[in-house]
Amino acid sequence: MSGLATLWLRPGVRAAVWQALAAAAVLAALLWVAGNIAGNVARRGLDIDFGFLAGRASFEFGENLIGYRPGDTFLTAFLAGLANTVLVAVLGIVLTTMVATLLALARLSRNRLLSRLAWIWIEAVRNTPLLLQLLFWHQLTIRTLPAPRQAWELLPGTFLSNRGLVFPALYWQPAMGLALAALAVAILAAVMLRRLALARGDGPALRTGAPLLLALGAPAVLFAAAAEPLHGSVPALRGFNFQGSIAVSPEFVALLLALVVYQAGFMAETIRSGILGVPKGQVEAAASLGLSRLQQLRRVVFPQALWIIVPPVTSQYLSLTKNSSLAVAIGYPDLVRVSQVTIADTGRAIECITILLLVYLSLSLFTAFLMNLYNRYLMRRRG
Amino acid sequence: MAAGLAAAASLPRPPPVLARRRFGFAAGLFDTWPNALVTLLLVWLLIRIGIAMWDWAIVRGVWEAETAEQCARTGGMCWAFLADRWRLILFGPYPYAQQWRPALAMVLFALLLGASLAPALWAERRSRLALGIAWPVTIAAIAALLWGGVLGLPAVPSRLWGGLPLTMILASVGVSGAFVLAILLALGRRSDMPVIRAICTGFIEFFRGVPLVALLFLASVLFPYFVPPDWTMDVLLRAQIAFALFFAAYMAEAIRGGLQAIPRGQYAACESLGLTYWQAQRRIILPQALRTVIPSLVNIFIAAFKDTSLVVIISMIDLLGAANASTAEAKWWGLYIEPYLFVALIYLAICAVMSAYSRGLERRLGLGER
Repeated sequence: MSGLATLWLRPGVRAAVWQALAAAAVLAALLWVAGNIAGNVARRGLDIDFGFLAGRASFEFGENLIGYRPGDTFLTAFLAGLANTVLVAVLGIVLTTMVATLLALARLSRNRLLSRLAWIWIEAVRNTPLLLQLLFWHQLTIRTLPAPRQAWELLPGTFLSNRGLVFPALYWQPAMGLALAALAVAILAAVMLRRLALARGDGPALRTGAPLLLALGAPAVLFAAAAEPLHGSVPALRGFNFQGSIAVSPEFVALLLALVVYQAGFMAETIRSGILGVPKGQVEAAASLGLSRLQQLRRVVFPQALWIIVPPVTSQYLSLTKNSSLAVAIGYPDLVRVSQVTIADTGRAIECITILLLVYLSLSLFTAFLMNLYNRYLMRRRG
Repeated sequence: MAAGLAAAASLPRPPPVLARRRFGFAAGLFDTWPNALVTLLLVWLLIRIGIAMWDWAIVRGVWEAETAEQCARTGGMCWAFLADRWRLILFGPYPYAQQWRPALAMVLFALLLGASLAPALWAERRSRLALGIAWPVTIAAIAALLWGGVLGLPAVPSRLWGGLPLTMILASVGVSGAFVLAILLALGRRSDMPVIRAICTGFIEFFRGVPLVALLFLASVLFPYFVPPDWTMDVLLRAQIAFALFFAAYMAEAIRGGLQAIPRGQYAACESLGLTYWQAQRRIILPQALRTVIPSLVNIFIAAFKDTSLVVIISMIDLLGAANASTAEAKWWGLYIEPYLFVALIYLAICAVMSAYSRGLERRLGLGER
């Protein structure tokens, strides 16, 4: 047998050859695409340059957290879009978790009517496309709510119309900063008080009542003592819309509603299977110790179910964040929408889509990283 | 005799039954005060919703109207709109006189899929062979029906395809392409070779980390930059490739789960029999791994079927796009509940059938008990 053939029979050599081939193929494909991009860009007389981010953006979008206005740079516009994405994702995650937990409990209820109805609801929202639900909610909000002139006044100064929800904005005052600081200190003190009460085995009044009173009461008293009246600006109808207030657009409401309704259906099933995954003996043991049904859930079932639930729920949080990109379909100014408008304005498609991909990728990888930390923490606690 | 009694006595007895179901469905509805209250509240709510729906759809429903305005007079459901527009919603811009072709194609596809999904047909060699022949033949027939240009059928370019057939094409072609890629990715991610593993992991994490919307933008806007200038590809094919790559990443993770569940002994047995890597994968490992992940693959197919609706964002007219288009004409402008409800029920019916199938299969294969 020749030397080359025997060499080929060694697994290590073969593996090295295959890997080198694979790496070369991937590299060649990437180079080919890069070459094509360079050629196409040059042929169209374009260039790839992220310098456009410093240019002035002329488009406007109503709502953003960081105060972007037309005339600011494209970079600011992108940041405003990112802030909107994060806002909708964070609110969506919190609300979805609450709704999903309730749905899961309804699904597990002994009341057959309740559990059957929860099942029908979950199946219906899981089996229709999110985009369809989003378009439906959007149409519903803009078509059924009244025009600003006939807006419903929910609370004094708070109006609901087809331009969204507007409520009075509070001006920042020194007393508010003081009250916030007091709130932080009071919460810290309350936590310590509760620890102390728990250690001494006090009753519920001292265990729960006193810390709550301290945490909420102290800042309120302080704020009242500062005797500064609340300065706010009340929404006023100007022309066809409200001004001088914080506004929540119908697009935002529709997007949040659609995301929460859709994603809660999936999460409810995850939570339910997590709860069912806790061994039955645990529940029976808790019952035989005389714990009430609520105590069984809180002290025995939930802590163990969490262990099963957390990994799949994290990936659902991620998918909610990515799904918020459907905002582009109804014109809510999230990151994707800002890129789309910027592409239309500047023609910088390659740059904008690269930014888009990188931002979402880093959001995903960051979440995955946090997730691994949490899993490791749970693993260590479990021993 | 005595020995038998002793054996019976030592058998573990089932735990005592505390609460017996006495009323069937009604059990647990009225057993405690809060429960009874919840039940009554739900019944009241159901009755209210039922009455409201009946009133909207039937009592105030409008059967004869020419425009949305005429329908709006009663504020009920506009049946006249659906009667006028249902073919546009189902088939999109496909030429009106030729719409029997996509309809027939869908029926053929549904029959083929239905036959292939019956586990009874997988066991026998002969029926497997028949399916193996039926697939390419049916696909060729479907392609001929849709494209035309043969057998005297007028040609219909793919940009005129739309509605439910387009949704089904996007989902099924995307998922089939993804499946092959997903197997390779899953094997690659579990490979001993670090470079292969890194390539596959990178691919999977990239496509799982970005939203589908961004990929569709990539496919529709940037794709012409990626290839030599003389290559042209229509939007349908580009979207199709984006879908296939996206779904492949998710399917690969599902298949990897199945691979991880294979006992080590199976691999050792393959090695001791002297099977090569590909022989072992093809004959021993993959058949077992894929079997366990069929339910999750069906779930990915359901997700894919719904996700194809995102092509609306790059202006393709699938089922959802056709629902949007159905009210574009001035006379039906402003309607939204009717078209959305109509397509929602179509999506719901198809997805519910598939998820019921997936649950049934799970029970049949006894996967829950493993």
